Amino acid sequence: MTETLHIDWTLCDGRGLCTELLPELLGRDEWGYPVARTSPAAERSDVPVPVALLAAARDAVALCPRQALRLDRC
Amino acid sequence: MTLTDCPPGGAPLGPPGDSRTPGIPLVSGAVGAPEGTARLFLAASTTLAAHRAAYGDLPTANADSLIDQLRLSSLDGRGGAAFPVWRKLASTREHSGRAKGRRPIVIANGSEGEPLSRKDMTLMTRAPHLVIDGLLLAAAAVGAPDLHLYVSARAADAARLALDERPDARHVTLVTAPDAFVAGEATAVANAIERGVSVPRDHVVHLSESGVRKRPTLVQNVETLAQLALIARFGADWFRSVGTSDEPGTRLVTVTGDVPAPQVLEVAGGTALVHLLAAAGAGPGELRAVLVGGYHGGWVPAEHVGAPFSKDGLRMFGAAPGAGVLMALAASSCGLAASALIADYLAAQTAGQCGPCVNGLPALAGVLRRLAGGAVDAALPAEIARLADLVTGRGSCSHPDGTARFVLSTLTAFADDVDAHLHGRCVVNP
Repeated sequence: MTETLHIDWTLCDGRGLCTELLPELLGRDEWGYPVARTSPAAERSDVPVPVALLAAARDAVALCPRQALRLDRC
Repeated sequence: MTLTDCPPGGAPLGPPGDSRTPGIPLVSGAVGAPEGTARLFLAASTTLAAHRAAYGDLPTANADSLIDQLRLSSLDGRGGAAFPVWRKLASTREHSGRAKGRRPIVIANGSEGEPLSRKDMTLMTRAPHLVIDGLLLAAAAVGAPDLHLYVSARAADAARLALDERPDARHVTLVTAPDAFVAGEATAVANAIERGVSVPRDHVVHLSESGVRKRPTLVQNVETLAQLALIARFGADWFRSVGTSDEPGTRLVTVTGDVPAPQVLEVAGGTALVHLLAAAGAGPGELRAVLVGGYHGGWVPAEHVGAPFSKDGLRMFGAAPGAGVLMALAASSCGLAASALIADYLAAQTAGQCGPCVNGLPALAGVLRRLAGGAVDAALPAEIARLADLVTGRGSCSHPDGTARFVLSTLTAFADDVDAHLHGRCVVNP
């Protein structure tokens, strides 16, 4: 069971907390919005989270000031 | 719009009634199936009586049988995404229930946000009852009590007149769509019905599972519903009797741009682009390229207009039949200049919600504009490719993806122009 980090782009305004908590997974574009580092285009809004990063991903979901993140099982 | 030079497999839309196949008995409820490729515009006028005379009464829909016929027909959505119609109906029905919060909603989408397209308006103003038939049949098949007809302002009067004529459509709510590119995107349509705001919304499951007020929601383009109404009457085998095996049936195509006679055509699936252009009076020698599939589509260079209007035939150009739009570009035009204007338009049509789209599309359009405007900077094409990749997959709808695809197609189709511009020249204006 893989978990994916879903980014709601209509809510995200690029505060960047998630990119600090998940630097292995997310970089920032030139406007500050998160960019999945390795994912193909189809997975850039639903980023697969390796098991080792699940705890950090949960933190990112809980701490996102815009509540723009969620973890989904797929 | 009468044509003397009819393309093979193409049915021009002449004056109402002129393309009726002779020999069909005009007995209400027992009319024969249309022959040939003139199918959607057989009614002699827009009245319900003329519609019934041409197509017979509304058939009673058995849900299983209709979904089965749709599956056998391979009808796909005609709004742009080409999703198999039977799968959407089956999924909506599967997720519906009798509890109030699970009763499905069906929306006929005739918003036609693509500025080049005229086919949905043509259909709504010339054959509205076929669309309404399809809406009623689809709603019956999925058990939906709530029906909406969402159309552009230019089609609203025709839709109102047609609805008022029908006692069986009293429960259909007419909603007018704003004139905006993304207003026809399916989640924007659901938003329009639920909140009166036609902007896309974030979604992790299909609308058929959770759409308007979290209820199963079926959004189908108006042409899709008109085709559905014909399949319900005449069956899948009849539907597939014209067109090709991978593009069965007929489809509506808007031929526009640098052609002598822009128009909407009903043609057999898989018809070569060159025949569609000829029907609008343009020969391939007069053109540089054709933009296929609308502003989110791809450029097909003029030397390739023998390609069929089909998913397989257009894939190599990064294009697809989409909502059925062909925009011709005259041989005397600079491909980069024309594309830069379109990219500017697309950037301005962001709904303003998603950061990568709000920031990325103007940046992308800006670099293309510099290249088109004659800036001699060898780094520009790579920067365009980088920005196109950066915005792709990062929005709540596919507007950034479609815009990126269009811009990348521009670099491919007009590689000669790119090279000339980077050397301080222009192919068409040396």
